[in-house]
Amino acid sequence: MSTRTLISPATLARPRGRALYWTVFGTVVVLFALAFLFPVYWMASGAMKSPDEIARTPPTLVPEHWHLTGYTDAWDLMQLPQHLWNTVVQAAGAWAFQLVFCTAAAYALSKLKPAFGNVVLGGILATLMVPAQALVVPKYLTAADLPLIHTSLLNDPLGIWLPAVANAFNLYLLKRFFDQLPRDVLEAAEIDGAGKLRTLWSVVLPMSRPVLGVVSIFALVAVWQDFLWPLMVFSDTDKQPISVALVQLSQNIQLTVLVAAMVIASIPMVALFLVFQRHIIAGISAGSTKG
Amino acid sequence: MTKTAERLPAAAAPLAPPPTPAGGGRGRRALADQVRAYGFLLGGLVCFALFSWYPAIRAVVIAFQRYTPGSTPEWVGTANFRRVLHDPEFGAAWRNTLTFTVLALLLGFAVPFVLALVLNELRHAKAFFRVVVYLPVMIPPVVSALLWKWFYDPGAGLANETLRALHLPTSNWSNGTDTALISLVIVATWANLGGTVLIYLAALQSIPGELYEAAELDGAGLLQRIRHVTIPQTRFVILMLMLLQIIATMQVFTEPFVITGGGPESATVTVLYLIYKYAFLYNDFGGACALSVMLLVLLGAFSALYLRLTRSEGDA
Repeated sequence: MSTRTLISPATLARPRGRALYWTVFGTVVVLFALAFLFPVYWMASGAMKSPDEIARTPPTLVPEHWHLTGYTDAWDLMQLPQHLWNTVVQAAGAWAFQLVFCTAAAYALSKLKPAFGNVVLGGILATLMVPAQALVVPKYLTAADLPLIHTSLLNDPLGIWLPAVANAFNLYLLKRFFDQLPRDVLEAAEIDGAGKLRTLWSVVLPMSRPVLGVVSIFALVAVWQDFLWPLMVFSDTDKQPISVALVQLSQNIQLTVLVAAMVIASIPMVALFLVFQRHIIAGISAGSTKG
Repeated sequence: MTKTAERLPAAAAPLAPPPTPAGGGRGRRALADQVRAYGFLLGGLVCFALFSWYPAIRAVVIAFQRYTPGSTPEWVGTANFRRVLHDPEFGAAWRNTLTFTVLALLLGFAVPFVLALVLNELRHAKAFFRVVVYLPVMIPPVVSALLWKWFYDPGAGLANETLRALHLPTSNWSNGTDTALISLVIVATWANLGGTVLIYLAALQSIPGELYEAAELDGAGLLQRIRHVTIPQTRFVILMLMLLQIIATMQVFTEPFVITGGGPESATVTVLYLIYKYAFLYNDFGGACALSVMLLVLLGAFSALYLRLTRSEGDA
């Protein structure tokens, strides 16, 4: 199971090697705890200090009294329920739109042999070469005034949902997975009289659970973490997702309340990560070897 | 194997269409198949057309226009480019972006590289390390930025408090013209290194152990083994991660926007930030698109290189 790495097992087995190993191990544990866990603790505990205590120098490591008022104030004063709900709506919609449209398109490109399918696929893959952020301004102008129908998607969750579908990475991931599904299973379904939609729904999708899981997580995380695009789309404060609202409100709010709001904004994604950590980490690691 | 087996019939399809069951004209049936295929494609195609292809064309068009939403655009030749080039912040923005990218490459690549090397040697608490190192990636970037803004606070910020406790000289961090950029690089590195560590760890695990054994028999020390076995064996992943890092950091926006607001004295204005300013502060969409085109050309070159590398490796 344990494969040979830089240091040989023989070196590690020697007393000196073992001492060195545990020293390095201990150092890394302390370093990781300080670098990655402590900031999170600092945030979560800082929100529970009193406004005086959080501004004190030198700072206190542990709050003298644990107040929950920071969190309750953030919840009420910063209208967090509203902004969290906006984020949930935007993320869930983007996820649903991506699953429906990207899956259908990937299925068509993989199995239905559309004429000019390669041209379409090439056009989709070419967008991978054009980093999204460099195009935000013309994208914004398009969303503000859609061609032909002259409707504005600004201040509308559709302004998040529809652009989210244009995700070449997820679409390609799905297509590559569909490419590997055995042909005879799909043909068997067709012989049994299943239409294309029926085949997609009851044969292809159940076989594609792993890739659908990966795409779902990518889709949710992308929307939840995004800042520049929702900043442009939602000028209306009541419709802003939590990321934009946090920055807009950070200017004139008490530090304990802001820090509490930061903690609350982080909880959903951190919880998602802790629940699905094994799948997420495996997904990222697998991505590297497949290139 | 599956790839070629599947590509063959697809390529041969126009020559020998699959035998159609009895009934139904062949042409009409093929047409119906096409209509159905495009029905499945439609939603995706519309979104790509509207939000990827059209904006890319539009960026180039508007770069040569005076554009105000609501009124008819006017062709102005290269005026937008000339105006942008004469903006004193233009030089600063490119200098900052490039410095940021180089620093992020040095710090943001060296640190995860060493971390991954060390983690790969540790035989205990593996899952713990992987979860902890990836934790900052899952914290929303806006929260990371606000958190570090608080750390860098000249009053009761943790950064200076730590230095004071260690009796070291304090720093202005994100508030000093000299230190602002590197302070932001630290934030970006902290927030993003988890992904790099995990990907590089996976690559390290694919190195065959015999290579290390052979090197050791040849008398290669630890550093020599890293230099002659580890690095050459993971060269492709290293290159790929570096390019991805360059592409990502050249589009940096959230950190300067949230932490420094581009200051002090435009020390942290990046190209993307300048694009944002042109569009939303100066209402100059022509200038914003001219800048976008410049950024696009540069990033496109890096992306093309990245795709070439991954593609050729994937086919091999």
